[in-house]
Amino acid sequence: MARMRMNQAIAAAIADEMRENPDVVVFGEDVAVAEGPFKTSDGLLAEFGPLRVRDTPIAEMGFMGAAVGAAATGLRPVTEIMFVEFLGVALDQLVTEAAKFSYLSGGVVKVPMVMRASVGAGLGFGCQHSQVMESWMVGAPGLKIVMISGPHNAYGLTRAAIRDDNPVAVLEPRILYAVRGDVTTGAEGIIPLGQAAVPVSGDDITLVGCGSTVRTCLEAAGDADGWTADVIDLQTLQPWDTETVLDSVRRTGRLAVVEECPYSGGWGADIVSTVVAEAFGDLSAPPIRITAPDVHVPFGKELEQRYLPNAEYVAGQVGELLANGESPPHWWERDGALV
Amino acid sequence: MSSEVLARREAVRSDRSARYERMVEIRTLEDAVRGLFAEGLVHGTTHTCQGQEAVAVGVASALRPTDTVCCTYRGHGHAMALGMTPLQVCGEIMGRVVGSIGGVGGSMHLCDTSIGLLPTFAIVGAGVPVAAGAALTAQVRGTDDVAVSLFGDGAANIGAFHEGINLAAIWNLPAIFICENNQYGEYSPIATTTPIANIADRAGAYGIPGEVVDGQDVDAVNAAVEAAAARARAGDGPSLLEMKTYRYAGHSRSDTAPYRPEGELDEWYERDPINTFGARLVAEGLLAEADVATIAARISGDVDAAIEEVKAAAAPGVASMFENILA
Repeated sequence: MARMRMNQAIAAAIADEMRENPDVVVFGEDVAVAEGPFKTSDGLLAEFGPLRVRDTPIAEMGFMGAAVGAAATGLRPVTEIMFVEFLGVALDQLVTEAAKFSYLSGGVVKVPMVMRASVGAGLGFGCQHSQVMESWMVGAPGLKIVMISGPHNAYGLTRAAIRDDNPVAVLEPRILYAVRGDVTTGAEGIIPLGQAAVPVSGDDITLVGCGSTVRTCLEAAGDADGWTADVIDLQTLQPWDTETVLDSVRRTGRLAVVEECPYSGGWGADIVSTVVAEAFGDLSAPPIRITAPDVHVPFGKELEQRYLPNAEYVAGQVGELLANGESPPHWWERDGALV
Repeated sequence: MSSEVLARREAVRSDRSARYERMVEIRTLEDAVRGLFAEGLVHGTTHTCQGQEAVAVGVASALRPTDTVCCTYRGHGHAMALGMTPLQVCGEIMGRVVGSIGGVGGSMHLCDTSIGLLPTFAIVGAGVPVAAGAALTAQVRGTDDVAVSLFGDGAANIGAFHEGINLAAIWNLPAIFICENNQYGEYSPIATTTPIANIADRAGAYGIPGEVVDGQDVDAVNAAVEAAAARARAGDGPSLLEMKTYRYAGHSRSDTAPYRPEGELDEWYERDPINTFGARLVAEGLLAEADVATIAARISGDVDAAIEEVKAAAAPGVASMFENILA
């Protein structure tokens, strides 16, 4: 157990994998000499040298493609997309090449690559550097998607992602990089992909979060007045842990999914539809989604905070659901919200 | 299967007569494929390579099976040149279990890693940076393997071309970028999409060697790729080779190439890579005049037999749809 910031936990996870496996290499923009714009590759160049830790040109399509080729021929590349929006120019390599190589080789070619990317709002970077964009990837078979929520699972999930024989996207909420926490290091700290965590248990509702919204759910549940919640951290968005969610909802009878992304096309729609289909008879209220509105992430500090679903908003929506048994309107649908 | 494929590869690596026969085999299968489509025995599309056989065989003859090849969707010829059998190729085109990946890919998706062929790329330019990555593996592991990207002239204008070659150049990777300039990007003549006459000139922008090669001359292709491979294996970095060649057929099955200027096809027929090379081997005494017809007849029979075997083979079952999604 060690106390570290989330960015330090990521660097520690990569370093531990690099020590164990000489095939693990790291490349991306400013990840080597500068040790990463978010300091997520601290010390890697010094320990592992320039053959395995490399800076790339600002050319995501090029280095993502290189990761595909390196992985298909035996290395385990860990690449960094500085802001997930930059993946847009490299998406072909991830979803159309990497994710399909196993299928298009009769299972012979494996592509054990990791695409790490910082995601999310809250730091005033404006609408082209503040999205999550997991929706670009959730509909791509052959790809696994992980979203970390703090130092502990940053370490454990990053190590598991590097060990996985499939291409794995690891989405890192950048607002959490500086958050400190206790991290179980070493082999026992590795967290299997596809398993959710349940950091808090309760009786009245199941709160499902992923990435940055796990903290939101925990705060909302911690401050709750008159109700308790199971808080589920999905950890892996694809494939997601249906059993843990269904088991919880069958017991609590209620579900709220909390997403940072816009309402339309968000990952929570999958969770809700599965719960409705599989556990309809156990529901005592309609499942709800608590998301951002279908707008661009605003720049101004107050607007950006208004955009993000915070703990107070989550607690309010849950409170209304419990009181009325009906889906509460989103904040932007309420009278007077848009003044 | 693997030993037969490797033996076929070794033949084109070591024997110029075998290179001639492989070129004939590629032409024969490609002509047959167009016939199979016309008969309605295949669905989907296909991109054939008649006229470009010398590039395929010249490249394969200069590489080792441990070298990695990233090839395009116009890949039947390259796959066979590298060693894949007509049965594997035609089986894939017709979607049968005897295909190179069990019939789930179709014409554009061939793969056989025993001869270095990664899944062929149906996205223009995508294989360029992937080859850089395969070359990175060789560099990190300290082997003397090289990685080759084969792409068309159309790919020279997509971003992946620039990013992939630039990366290989700054990292001094053992890669060879081979442009098969067949004069047309889909339906557009190269002059309408590309402002310079020689794509090889773009090598200068990356500080690497660039060379224009006669893509209708299998010996010239072999020599150029041998030299680029030797350079890459020695640690001297990547090269860009431009093979000037010609696509006898249209872009894909449905394209009859009405945009082609009158007489252009006939001009290229005069420098047909198979006829030219056959005549050279006869002149050198490596082939008897009479062998030309004998070889053509034998290969035609072999290809026909392979096609019959494919026709008799099963299509993949429903379970195949769910296989190999994840490793």
